[in-house]
Amino acid sequence: MKSEGNGRILGRVPAGEQLPQERILNFNEVVLGYAVEQAVAEANRCLQCKKSPCMQGCPVGVDIPSFIKLMKEGDFRGAAGKIKEKNSLPAICGRVCPQENQCEKFCTLDRKGKPIAIGRLERFAADFERNSGKISLPKKKKSVGKRIAVIGSGPAGLTCAGDLAKLGYEVTIFEALHKPGGVLAYGIPEFRLPKAVVEAEIDGLKKLGVEIKTNVVVGTSVTIDELFCEGYSAVFIGTGAGLPRFLEIPGENLNGIYSANEFLTRVNLMKSYLFPKYDTPIKKGKNVVVVGGGNVAMDSARTALRLGAKNVYLLYRRTEEEMPARAEEVQHAKEEGIKFRFLATPQKFCGVDGWVSGVECVETKLGEPDESGRRRPIIKKGSEFSLTADVVIVAIGTGANPLLLRATPGLELNRKGYVLANQNGQTSKRGVFAGGDIITGSATVILAMGAGRKAALEIDRYLSIL
Amino acid sequence: MFRILNKEVLAPSVIRLEIEVPDIERKAKAGQFVILRIDESGERIPLTISGFNEERGSISLVFQEVGKTTRQLASLSSEDCIADIVGPLGRPSEIENFGTVACVAGGVGAAVILPVAQALKKAGNKIITILGARNKELLILEDELCSISDEFFVTTDDGSKGHCGVCTDVLNELIAGGQGINRVVAIGPAIMMKFVCKTTEPHKIKTVVSLNSIMVDGTGMCGSCRVTVGGETKFCCVDGPEFDGHLVDFDELMNRQKIYLEEENLALKSYETRDVKRTECRCKAQKEEGER
Repeated sequence: MKSEGNGRILGRVPAGEQLPQERILNFNEVVLGYAVEQAVAEANRCLQCKKSPCMQGCPVGVDIPSFIKLMKEGDFRGAAGKIKEKNSLPAICGRVCPQENQCEKFCTLDRKGKPIAIGRLERFAADFERNSGKISLPKKKKSVGKRIAVIGSGPAGLTCAGDLAKLGYEVTIFEALHKPGGVLAYGIPEFRLPKAVVEAEIDGLKKLGVEIKTNVVVGTSVTIDELFCEGYSAVFIGTGAGLPRFLEIPGENLNGIYSANEFLTRVNLMKSYLFPKYDTPIKKGKNVVVVGGGNVAMDSARTALRLGAKNVYLLYRRTEEEMPARAEEVQHAKEEGIKFRFLATPQKFCGVDGWVSGVECVETKLGEPDESGRRRPIIKKGSEFSLTADVVIVAIGTGANPLLLRATPGLELNRKGYVLANQNGQTSKRGVFAGGDIITGSATVILAMGAGRKAALEIDRYLSIL
Repeated sequence: MFRILNKEVLAPSVIRLEIEVPDIERKAKAGQFVILRIDESGERIPLTISGFNEERGSISLVFQEVGKTTRQLASLSSEDCIADIVGPLGRPSEIENFGTVACVAGGVGAAVILPVAQALKKAGNKIITILGARNKELLILEDELCSISDEFFVTTDDGSKGHCGVCTDVLNELIAGGQGINRVVAIGPAIMMKFVCKTTEPHKIKTVVSLNSIMVDGTGMCGSCRVTVGGETKFCCVDGPEFDGHLVDFDELMNRQKIYLEEENLALKSYETRDVKRTECRCKAQKEEGER
């Protein structure tokens, strides 16, 4: 075990970050990533455990010890190649995976509170390869002469497409928006995931032979049954959970109240933070209230701040402990001055001349656990308070978009409207597979990728026994 | 990239573009819309399809120059391309034989109502059309609409053609005259649709309206286009764009249409300055060429 003279284990090498007071004035990436020496130093902390416990925490099964070993030796491009055997989007995952709940949680050093920064190392390897301009392509099997349609170009669809291309299939991705990437393009902000990184990883898939057709809404532009008629042998549905939920409280349709989906899409996909250079407008609030406690709520709050808000309040109806957002994102949000109001929930929006002017809220306390296992918030009588707001962003989750599903006879849904599929992604409709948020409801990028990978293997199995 | 096949000026600042999009043409039905984006820095705007040409694999879109994007769109000509167009979006119009249908169109709404009226006529309905505009210069598609109508009325606010007044004057008279109207389709500015609904409501004549709310993706993802219909929040893009007009909260719709007025003015101003610069440059270049 590497240790200092007194036998203590060395702590994680911290990655550089933009200072909070600087970064709230720009949309550039907050975490700057490792320099070469830092990456090697961090890799050198790895114990190379025989049983590789870290790997059980990775939904796509990256060979973590092997890529870290290559990094110790300074072979960063080799490390990138090793990661890409299992993960076609390493620069993305290195940035947005919740490693603290996955690989790093299983790291032997986690018991000492100092797990290897696997995410930072993954990001470094991927960035190093991309910046070197010499991007290696994973091995591709001989063409099997079959076409697969992938619906949606988010993390699930991209992974499924990449894996199938490697297995020798001709893959076409259909994307409803004008740009591929799904939530990576419209949802996650530039300061957390630069769009150039997303574009580069998608380019990698195109080089593998994956074709991407944008501006196609499967369900209206073309149906799944028509895709089969056109000669596709199997279809993968990776459309995500894109239907925004609202609070359904009075005043919610006042001007200035956004769903997080709309707010983030305007800023990230349509680049409204560059208005009027880009044509899409956005309301820049002085006093912004964000409702919700997930990563999307953090992204919305931090984006509002960067658009020039003076005060950004974040209302969450449970405590910090129950918040689904990543610890790192919460930490960053706090450093930047987001004002958290835990155990509080909005009850009504007030308006002046059709525009939102404030939020009437009430405090909550936690009762018995609900079906999600988290303690249910209960309203505290007589605890009403109000907040001034000229922009409100509702980030309380999303549901399944029914557009494709209602146009697909034979596809069974569960009672929440998500697609029913077995653990390998097989749906009730022959030849149709699904994975990611469209099955599970809102989850993470890496879980969607894991589901895309499983479905790719299942599609390969299904087509080889046909 | 999608090619513009033809461009026509229907009225001052009202343009019709024919765009080659065979995949959309094949699928689209009356009442549906598309979303387009002119170029890389462009915004996504919804436009309801106003015509189809199967042979040429094209659709027609009619719009009025009001803001930066429509101004820029109007500056394009045939053989130019636009970056993105997606569709068909929204639910198609309900088309069946209802009996007698009054089609009430205001301004550019005439272009949206045309395919709906055509389909209703084909389904065997008697079509009464009331076409209104501020003045006779702004009346569009008169011949097309007249040719499929059993009865045809024109109204202008200033009386420069047809009845002097608004669409609802004629509609009121028709109803009072015992015309036996089974259904009304009203498409135009929100305020006009609101008053058509107010006219028909006491007579319990089902009135369908096509709403033009602000959208981003047009596939149910953003909720920008939410409207209150019968006390419930609906998404215009996937639940509409057509709704039972008697249930629509028009005041909310009109309020929401104003969200970006300030920004739209700014964008237009900045575009016009750029445009003037471009024109100046060209003039200068021509002048220099002339001197040479």
